[in-house]
Amino acid sequence: MSGAIDRTAPQHSGSTAYINARIIDPTADAEYRGAVLISDGKIADFGPNLFASGAPYGIQSVDCRGLFLAPGLVDTRVHTGEPGEEHKETLASAGAAAAVGGITSLVLLPDNEPPFDDASLIEFVARRARQIRLVNMYAYGAVTVGLEGKELAELGLLAEAGAVAFTDADHAIGNAQVLRRALYYAKAFDALIVHLPQEPTLSRGHMTSGLMATRLGLAGIPPLAEVMMVERDIRLAEMTGGRLHLAKISTAESVAAVAAAKARGLRITCDTAAPYFALNDLAVGDYRTFGKLVPPLRAEKDRVAIIEGLRNGTIDAIVSDHRPQDQDSKRVPFAQAEPGGIGLETLLPISLELVHNGHLTLPHLFRLLASTPAQLFGLPGGKLAKGAPADLVVFDADRAWKVDRDELWSKTKNTPFDERPVQGRAMATIVAGRTIYRDDSFATSARAA
Amino acid sequence: MGVPRLPHLLGIEGLAPDTISGLLDLSETYIDQNRSFDKRRDVLAGRTVINLFFENSTRTRTSFEVAAKRLGADVINMDVATSSVRKGETLLDTAMTLNAMRPDAIVVRHSESGAVNLLSQKVNCAVINGGDGQHEHPTQALLDALTIRRRRGKLEGLLVAICGDIMHSRVARSNIHLLQIMGARVRVVGPPTLMPTDIDRMGVEVHYNMKTGLRDVDIVMMLRLQTERMQGSFVPSISEYFRFFGLDGEKLEAARPDALIMHPGPMNRGVEIDSEVADDIDRSVIHEQVEMGVAVRMACLDALIGGRRNTLSGDAA
Repeated sequence: MSGAIDRTAPQHSGSTAYINARIIDPTADAEYRGAVLISDGKIADFGPNLFASGAPYGIQSVDCRGLFLAPGLVDTRVHTGEPGEEHKETLASAGAAAAVGGITSLVLLPDNEPPFDDASLIEFVARRARQIRLVNMYAYGAVTVGLEGKELAELGLLAEAGAVAFTDADHAIGNAQVLRRALYYAKAFDALIVHLPQEPTLSRGHMTSGLMATRLGLAGIPPLAEVMMVERDIRLAEMTGGRLHLAKISTAESVAAVAAAKARGLRITCDTAAPYFALNDLAVGDYRTFGKLVPPLRAEKDRVAIIEGLRNGTIDAIVSDHRPQDQDSKRVPFAQAEPGGIGLETLLPISLELVHNGHLTLPHLFRLLASTPAQLFGLPGGKLAKGAPADLVVFDADRAWKVDRDELWSKTKNTPFDERPVQGRAMATIVAGRTIYRDDSFATSARAA
Repeated sequence: MGVPRLPHLLGIEGLAPDTISGLLDLSETYIDQNRSFDKRRDVLAGRTVINLFFENSTRTRTSFEVAAKRLGADVINMDVATSSVRKGETLLDTAMTLNAMRPDAIVVRHSESGAVNLLSQKVNCAVINGGDGQHEHPTQALLDALTIRRRRGKLEGLLVAICGDIMHSRVARSNIHLLQIMGARVRVVGPPTLMPTDIDRMGVEVHYNMKTGLRDVDIVMMLRLQTERMQGSFVPSISEYFRFFGLDGEKLEAARPDALIMHPGPMNRGVEIDSEVADDIDRSVIHEQVEMGVAVRMACLDALIGGRRNTLSGDAA
């Protein structure tokens, strides 16, 4: 199973019709057989009756042969090594991995070296993305200088330079006064603050507390460390009226706290990452450092609660939380290992498990993976709409394959899903009308009718 | 008599009762040898054993060294102070380097849980866990079991209290596994701040009070208060700890009159154990534990790399 990345894919000035597709329209909550017409890199038309009797003469058409066609994934939590640790991942290698995974837009975390607390870094990302010519790349600005949780970064200047939201990445802001001021100040720019809720003084362990941590002799991180911070952050958001998005919710209690806040009418949103509904703390048995993540993989009851939170709408989005780590960072005793796992190429198939297992419909899944994150972060893609960018993915929901870390496009191989049998794979990834990735089995190129 | 066949000895968890009994039986055969005038037999002649200690330990390292030498092996001691190595990177580099010298067994002690498992995946000789972080210390649990079995004739049905700093103790974890596998009942006794989460789910009774915890027990195992592993405040002071959790004559009255007192050493006198109790020759078996340690380590080395292994289980790789 292989495919090809094409950075030089041309952008046709004319029109291309993707016909005979099973179209997923997340915002309309619809799934039907139909076609999408792309013109000048934008969606010109789409629907069940479009080209029902074949594409008209003079435009190119691509026969999707009954495969799914949906908005490309919008992944709002991606770390690369560029700048600072290019040996782990570059923006180019991350862009290729994203394309292979059916992702058309990335939002890059600011915890690089140097951190994105200066407008020039935001501009750097935009410039590199234009050179790389693969997926759309956006950047977060830092909430605080150096991600240290002390002084506010220049949120206004960062926003002006193109930062689409603000976060201190995996550094939780322990000082309530600092987060309170950030939420207040960000209102001036209607900026979204994304915060990882982990009480820092309770989060110094290496895996989730419980029997497994006790048996392995590893210091634990109690699930309580998360919900305490979720509850604090909800109060701060309520008090300030700022836009708060909680990142990587991983416990049952956190889901309940967010649900209660939403029931009270608060404007809180949250996401989870694929590992938290697909894995539990058994994945770090035998000291598997690829399963060492922030927050740590939790107990089975938490995993089940995350799925329920996705199903009932408490959780608004799914992210990959892509974080490459090289062997030197992972082939060490568990407590010394760097946390994080790669996830760009597994985001779609792991998320499709929720559909295969009957928890979600496809349109609901693509709201979580595309339209809602795009809307929260103010990005143009992630939806089917006339005039929207033609950022699309053609995928086979049933294609069975096995995750093999050595087959992945990312520069580092630290996937927590290694050797997992999965179902579903991108067959073509289209960004602004350009087909930047195509699976070999979907190699029939666009032809003139 | 079943002499167990194992590629490594990384922990007690998961061992079969027969394997443990077999190792203890084999240990028994070495006790007399150790007490005789001529202590050496060439069971491991021509074999190389490396003691690779990333954490300082005089007792355990000496015990392994004596054990290997009495079996005729060549022993090399590598004391790699943790302060002078750059963490785990060097752990695997060191492992690969030593592995290239073709030792038959490496005994490893490391301050991080799981470090010995990791190392065992990178070498093609037998690896014995000499203590890893807060995870396991299998030879300590075996020597404790041998000491108890010789005094009480069996392990099954005994009530054992493990007391003190359970959270930071690999000795406690290995003993909990071993004693339960062999049919003993285990209590853990100590302050709540030194109890690991969900320890009760390992099948032990949890007590926060020495008097109730020691009631009617056959064996009292004291643990060293590991102040060097403690970041932050676990207990208010040493004197308060001794007052409530240190073993003294008064607290010991709750145990059976013939209860044995054990300690893995080195003891902090006046912290977790009173000298009067530690030195009570009728009840304290602390020095016997040290003696059994050599026999147990001889048995482990024999079982892993002895001649019988080559004939019965083929390639020693």
